[in-house]
Parts: sequence; structure tokens; C-alpha cells
Amino acid sequence: MIDETFVDLSRLQFAVTALFHFLFVPLTLGMTWILVIMESVYVMTGREIYRDMTKFWGKLFGINFAIGVATGLTMEFEFGTNWSYYSHYVGDVFGAPLAIEGLMAFFLESTFVGVFFLGWERLSKRQHLAVTFIMAFGTSMSALWILVANAWMQNPIGAEFNYQTMRMEMTSFTELVFNPVAQVKFIHTVSAGYVAASMFVLGISSWYILKGRDLAFAKRSFSVASGFGLASILCVILLGDESGYEVGEVQKVKLASIEAEWHTEEAPAAFTLVGIPDSDKQVTHAAVKIPYVMGIIATRSLDEQVTGIIDLEKQHEVRIRNGMIAYKYLEKLRSGDDSAENIAKFDTLKADLGYGLLLKRYTPNVVDASEAQIQQAVKDSFPKVGPMFWSFRIMVGCGVIMLAVFVLSFYYNAHRVIEQKRWLLWAAVWSIPLPWIAIEFGWIVAEYGRQPWAISEILPTFLATSSLTVNDILISLTGFIVFYTGLASVEGWLMLRFVKRGPSSLHTGKYHFEHLEDSTSNSQITDEQGVNS
Amino acid sequence: MIFDYETLKLLWWLIIGILLIAFAITDGMDMGVAMLIKLVGKTDSERRVVINTVGAHWDGNQVWFITAGGALFAAWPMVYAAAFSGFYFAMMLILFALFFRPLGFDYRSKIDSPRWRNNWDWALFAGSAIPALVFGVAFGNLFLGVPFSIDEYLRTSYQGSFFSLLNPFALLSGIISLTMLLAHGGIWLQLRTDTDIARRAAQYGRYALLVFVVLFALAGIWVANLDGYQILSMGDKQGFANPMDKTVTTAAGAWLNNYQQTPLTMLFPVGAFTMAATAWFFSKINKPALALMATSLMLAGVIMTAGISLFPFVLPSSNHPDISLTIWDAVSSHRTLNVMFVAVSIFVPLILLYTTWCYVQMWRKVTVEEIENNSHDSY
Repeated sequence: MIDETFVDLSRLQFAVTALFHFLFVPLTLGMTWILVIMESVYVMTGREIYRDMTKFWGKLFGINFAIGVATGLTMEFEFGTNWSYYSHYVGDVFGAPLAIEGLMAFFLESTFVGVFFLGWERLSKRQHLAVTFIMAFGTSMSALWILVANAWMQNPIGAEFNYQTMRMEMTSFTELVFNPVAQVKFIHTVSAGYVAASMFVLGISSWYILKGRDLAFAKRSFSVASGFGLASILCVILLGDESGYEVGEVQKVKLASIEAEWHTEEAPAAFTLVGIPDSDKQVTHAAVKIPYVMGIIATRSLDEQVTGIIDLEKQHEVRIRNGMIAYKYLEKLRSGDDSAENIAKFDTLKADLGYGLLLKRYTPNVVDASEAQIQQAVKDSFPKVGPMFWSFRIMVGCGVIMLAVFVLSFYYNAHRVIEQKRWLLWAAVWSIPLPWIAIEFGWIVAEYGRQPWAISEILPTFLATSSLTVNDILISLTGFIVFYTGLASVEGWLMLRFVKRGPSSLHTGKYHFEHLEDSTSNSQITDEQGVNS
Repeated sequence: MIFDYETLKLLWWLIIGILLIAFAITDGMDMGVAMLIKLVGKTDSERRVVINTVGAHWDGNQVWFITAGGALFAAWPMVYAAAFSGFYFAMMLILFALFFRPLGFDYRSKIDSPRWRNNWDWALFAGSAIPALVFGVAFGNLFLGVPFSIDEYLRTSYQGSFFSLLNPFALLSGIISLTMLLAHGGIWLQLRTDTDIARRAAQYGRYALLVFVVLFALAGIWVANLDGYQILSMGDKQGFANPMDKTVTTAAGAWLNNYQQTPLTMLFPVGAFTMAATAWFFSKINKPALALMATSLMLAGVIMTAGISLFPFVLPSSNHPDISLTIWDAVSSHRTLNVMFVAVSIFVPLILLYTTWCYVQMWRKVTVEEIENNSHDSY
């Protein structure tokens, strides 16, 4: 039987480590391009302040980058250490984009990042800008390949089950790469990263402006961030991830759960702004609805339906029953009874094999499942509606606030009156956490929403684990929590120290604290001392 | 498809070997360097000199490791699944140790406090020494066989414990791995630093070479007496990969069979010893560039020696020798091997090209003077 505690702990460990890693990825994604913009202006105009901007924001980028690299390793280890059956079952397909990510993108990013930090004196201006550009390009390409892999978990195309090797095998690399879900995910995720970095630079620059420190530096940084941020947030919202939700069965399930849409509505569906979804009765209490909006978000059209949960349940039940038959033939084939007839029968039903595997939770033999177990498996084939409904609304809510901040920042900055809009500057400071909240909840919508599947419709999560014990996971999970808390504390402390010190940490002699140090005796600003490079 | 399945399986064995060799030569080098920070650098500036010889490169170097892991996943998914979950706590130990490296390199010199810097120096030491040791231990255990089994649905499970990995032969392998990287790092420092730092680094590098040679010879004698694995019969190598379809036996000294069958392969162990001696000699007469080439070839020799001895086994099972994972039956499908072969053929040469460009751009002897003049722009 499946040990539910063990499965839950394995999932918890992956979720904790992935969500933690994803605190650092977005800033890296966006910051590299902001550095490219700043350095391009430096190379074109020759004005040193843009070089200082590149270097200072580059330092903050570096502090973040280091921990991103460290925690990224965990993900690559965990597929093997904690999801070893997953690795066997889909490694033939899923391994390829991961390996190509290393070969094509991560090498590019990592090889040049060291030269970016330490090569200022050793390269010409143009060479260094090229290095910065390649680093940024590599970073975004890295996201592309990771999302190709992730999109395959959501919408597994270009692959087929092979009963002889007992795993999924690639049938088309092109289909894998051009998965429509991968494309929308890529745009949505990298633009979200660009938004995070823009908000980070915008908020910190606003704080310098509010403090009246290093105004020339802060205002130029603010300009870059407001422009890049506005473009990026429009990209995130207009090209939202949901546009990929019309492809793939599990994507439909996600959509119905996000919307708590129990019954299929006539197109175009209304969007439930708020409400209290009730999974037992399959109704949403106190729903406030906006007509047309859901249909437009989900299908980008006015005439396509968004299928409701109750209808999806009926479809899943049929597929579970087919999956039981598929499993019966799989057992025959595995035991050597591979007559042409058995192969043909298995082939017609094998697309539903995964649904049959859902029953493994209740009966190892699958084929002898009772009616009650089948009904239970139908219920299992959906994520809980409540977390999906609320996570999505938190994400969208953050997005709307950020849109307002970027629009106003861009507008007032263009009119050169931003310094007088202190309320907006404070709003920008307080908005710094918003992209991270939105991104983490977005991850929950995408990955929790995939449940109960590790690979949509193919491999249930509870089957994908390693053969370990609850204690093994408790030890490693505790280790991760302790280590990650330590790493985050050090990172946060160092980041804050450099943010407070501002461009004075470059030791060029031109900035705020350095003027103070020149004009007063050195001992008065002990708090700010000790920051070296 | 460019090649038939059997040829591709063989090529992939070679590719994984090449990735591991590249990992040892590049990342192994900065691991060796990081282990030497405290031994070679007597003052803070000297320690910064040591770190800055690899400051711009450690991250790119580490990607050889990440790519080798990814390639393992894509090309040998069964091996990746069985080894990573079987060696669970060993893998966690490597992972947690590796956390220290990016932070150590990037954060260490950002704060001007002796205690802060001293802690990070130790973190860098641990982050480099522990993986170097544990990789060797893991490799050593392959020669002894790993207690794991596979069920009818090809789910692997491990029956040993973390502590059973720490047996004498595996520990010997671990120290071999440690000393060879230490030697390589020492010679690198001899090349990229000057004065006392280079002298001390070279000294430690040569000590490490001597220890390495003795232990590597000892391991050779040991392996000759170990029970090695042999395939008695197996299914069609062109057919679907199925690790359950062969019979395997064990026999004392069987790990050396490949050298008898193909004497040319003796080149690798002999080469490893010869290159160690060559490196020692060139380091002694202060030709560090030649010595570094020699240690690089030495690392390649050691990894190939391990690979050839085990061939075609990758993960022998001590519980059920018949289900041992080999390069013939623990692999991905023909199509995936083909796609990945094309990817490797395109990208590895490109990577070598731009990595070389970066090394050339950053090439110089790092001196205490340079670090003190550029205190805020160095690691």
C-alpha cells in the first residue's frame, strides 16, 4: 500500500526546495537584462554614472545569484534522490531538456557571469557589454529549457508508453520543444522575473530618492526600472499563463479549479471575482461574478466553453475504467503473453493507463478495484479547489497593484515630477515583496494544480517517489529547512547591508557616505563601515 | 538516426566519461584550489590571491558537474534513479556541501571582518573537500557492488545504509579522489600565482601527487583481488533496454578482464602513473603549465581506468548481480540517445570555445599587489 505520510513528506520537501529556489530565480532573470540596459547606455554615452549603476546593481544581483545557483542544484539532485521512479519512468523524455539546459544555457550564463563580475579591467567596454548580454541571454534560455521540461509535465506530448521498457519514451523531440504550453509558460515566467527585478530596482531607488541620497544615481535607476517594469508587467498580464490552459486535459482541470467552475457554463464564462468554494456540495457561495471575463482570460475568445468540474469528473470516470483494462493488458504483456491481439488491445487503451494507476493508491492490482474505490479515484483526479481559487486571486491581485505602481511611476517619471510624488515612492518601496508573492502563488497554481499527477494523465505523484522511508525524508527535510534558513539569513543580511550603503559601496569616492566620510571624522558612521567590495 | 543503437550506447558511455573528465579537470581544479586556501595563504591578501585565480571560473566549471548529472538523467535514467536514491544521504552530503561554494566565493570578501572571512574559508574548504571525497567513495562502492534490487515494474530500491558505503576500499577511493584534485589545484596555483604562494602551492601539490601514486597503486592491487562482475549472457544489444534480461557472475580479479582482452586499455592506468610522475617533475623544475597538462591527463587516466575496469557495468548489484545496470541495458531509447548525441556534438565544442576565450581574457599571474590595489573589484 502507499504510505501517504511518506508521499506527502516527499512532496513537501520538493515544494519547500522549489519555492525557496524560486525566490532567487526571478531576480536573476530580470536583473541581467536591467544590467544590459544600464551598461548599454554607458557604452553608448560614455557617462560613468551608468557604469556605476551597472556595477552597484550588479553587486546586488551577485548576492542573489550565488544563492540561486546553490539552491538550483537541489532540484537536479531531487529528481534522482526523491523521485527515482519518476526518473526511470520519464527520464527518456524529461531528461533531455534538462541536459540541454545545461549544455546550451546554464554553461553560457555561468561561464560569463564570473567575467561580468571580475572582467571590468580586463575587457574593452564593448567586450564587457557583450559578456553581460550573453549572460542575460543564457539566463533566459535556461528558463526556456526548464519550462520545456516543466510544460511536458503539464501537457506530455511527443512521447509514448513502451510496455517493454515500462516507461515513457520520446517519439518527437520537435513536439516536445514546441509544446504550446512551454511557449506561454516561458513568456509568462520570464516576464514575471523581469517584473520582480524591476520592482526591486524601482523600490530601492525610490527609497534613495525619499532619503534624498544619490539622487542622480537613484533617478536614473528609477527610470530604467519603471520603463522595463511597465513593459514586463503588460507582458505578464496580457500574455498570461492561462492562455495555455485550453491545451491538455489537466490544464482544463486547473482552469475549472481556479475558477471554481462546477458546471460548464455557456460561453463566454463569467469570472468569479470572490466567493467561497465548497468542494463537498460543489457550489461557490457568495460568488461575485463579472460577465465574459473568464471566457476571455481562458480561451481568448467569446465562443469557446470552459468545461466545469462536474463534467470533467464524468470524463475521468470513463478514463479510469479504461485505464483498468489497459492495466490488465499491461500485466499480460509484462508476464510475456505478448500476442499481437494483446498488444493491439493495450495500444488502443494505453492513453488511459495513467488513470488506471490512480487506483494503485487503494488496490495494488488495479483491476480488482471496487466501485467505491473508482469513485474515490475520480475525486482524487482533481486538486483541492480552495487553494487553487485563492492562490490565483492573490497572484492576480498582486499583479493589478503592480500594474498601477508601474503605470504611475512611468507617467510621473516621464513628466519629471516623480520626486514630488512621495506617496508613490513609498508605494513602490512597499510593493517590493509583491512580485515574489505573486510568483510563489503562481507556482502553486501551476504545480499544485497539476495534482494528483507528477506527469499529467500518465504518472500519479504517489507512484513517482523513491523507495525511501519517512525518517529519511524527515532528516533531509530538516536539513533543508535549517540550511535554507541559514542561507537566507546570511543573504538577506548582506543584501540589506549593501542596499543601505547604496552606490557608496563601490568606493568610487563620488557617493553619499563617501562625501560624509570626507567631511566628518571617520568614526561617526560605524554602522556603515565594514562593507568592503 | 546517425548510428545504430549499440554504437550509440557505447558512444554514450564515452560521453559520460568525457563529461566526468572535464568536470574533474575544471571543477576539480577549483575544488583543489579551495581546499588549499588556508594552507597556502598566510595572510588575507594571499588567501584572496588563491581565490581570485578561480574567481571568474568556478561557476562555469561547476556546470560540467550539473551537465554530467543532466546527461546521466537523459542517457542512463535507470542509473540516475537507482544511484541517486540509493546513495541518498551521500548525495545529500554532497549537495549540502556544494551550497557553501557559490556563497563562499561570492560573499567571502564582501565584508571586511577576519571572522567572517575565516568562516567562509572553512566553508569553501568543506564545500570542496567533502564532494571530492564522497565522489571517490561512491566510485569505490561501484567496484564492490551496491546492494539494490529492481521489481517487476522496474522500481529500484536500495538495501544498504549510508554507513555501509564507508568501507575501507571506498574510503581509499575517496582519498585518491581527494589527493588527485588537491595535486591538480596545487599545480594550478603554481601556474597562476607567484612568489611564496606559488612555492607553497607547488609543494603541497607535489606531496599530494606522491600520496596519490602510492594509494592508486594500492587500489590497483586491491581491485585485482576483489570479486569483479562478468556478464555470462545477455539479450540483444540492439533491442529494448531491459536490465532484467541477463546473467552475471562474480569472480576474483574479474575487474581486470578488460585489460587482458584489450591490452591497449592498459594505456589508461599506466598513463595515470606516468602523468603523475611527469607532473611532479615539471612542477619541481618550475614548468607549471606543462605540469598542469600532465595532471589533467592524469585525471583523465584515473577516470578512464575506473570506467574501463567496470565496463560494461555502471552500477553492479551485490544483492542480485543479474540485474546490475550496464551501459547496454540501463539506457534511454535509441531516439533520445540520438537527439542527445546531436546536442552534445553541437554544444560541447562551442562550450570549449567560449570557455577558452574567458580563460584567455582573465589569464594573468594574480599577485598580492593586484588584490590590494583592486580590493573592491576582486573576490
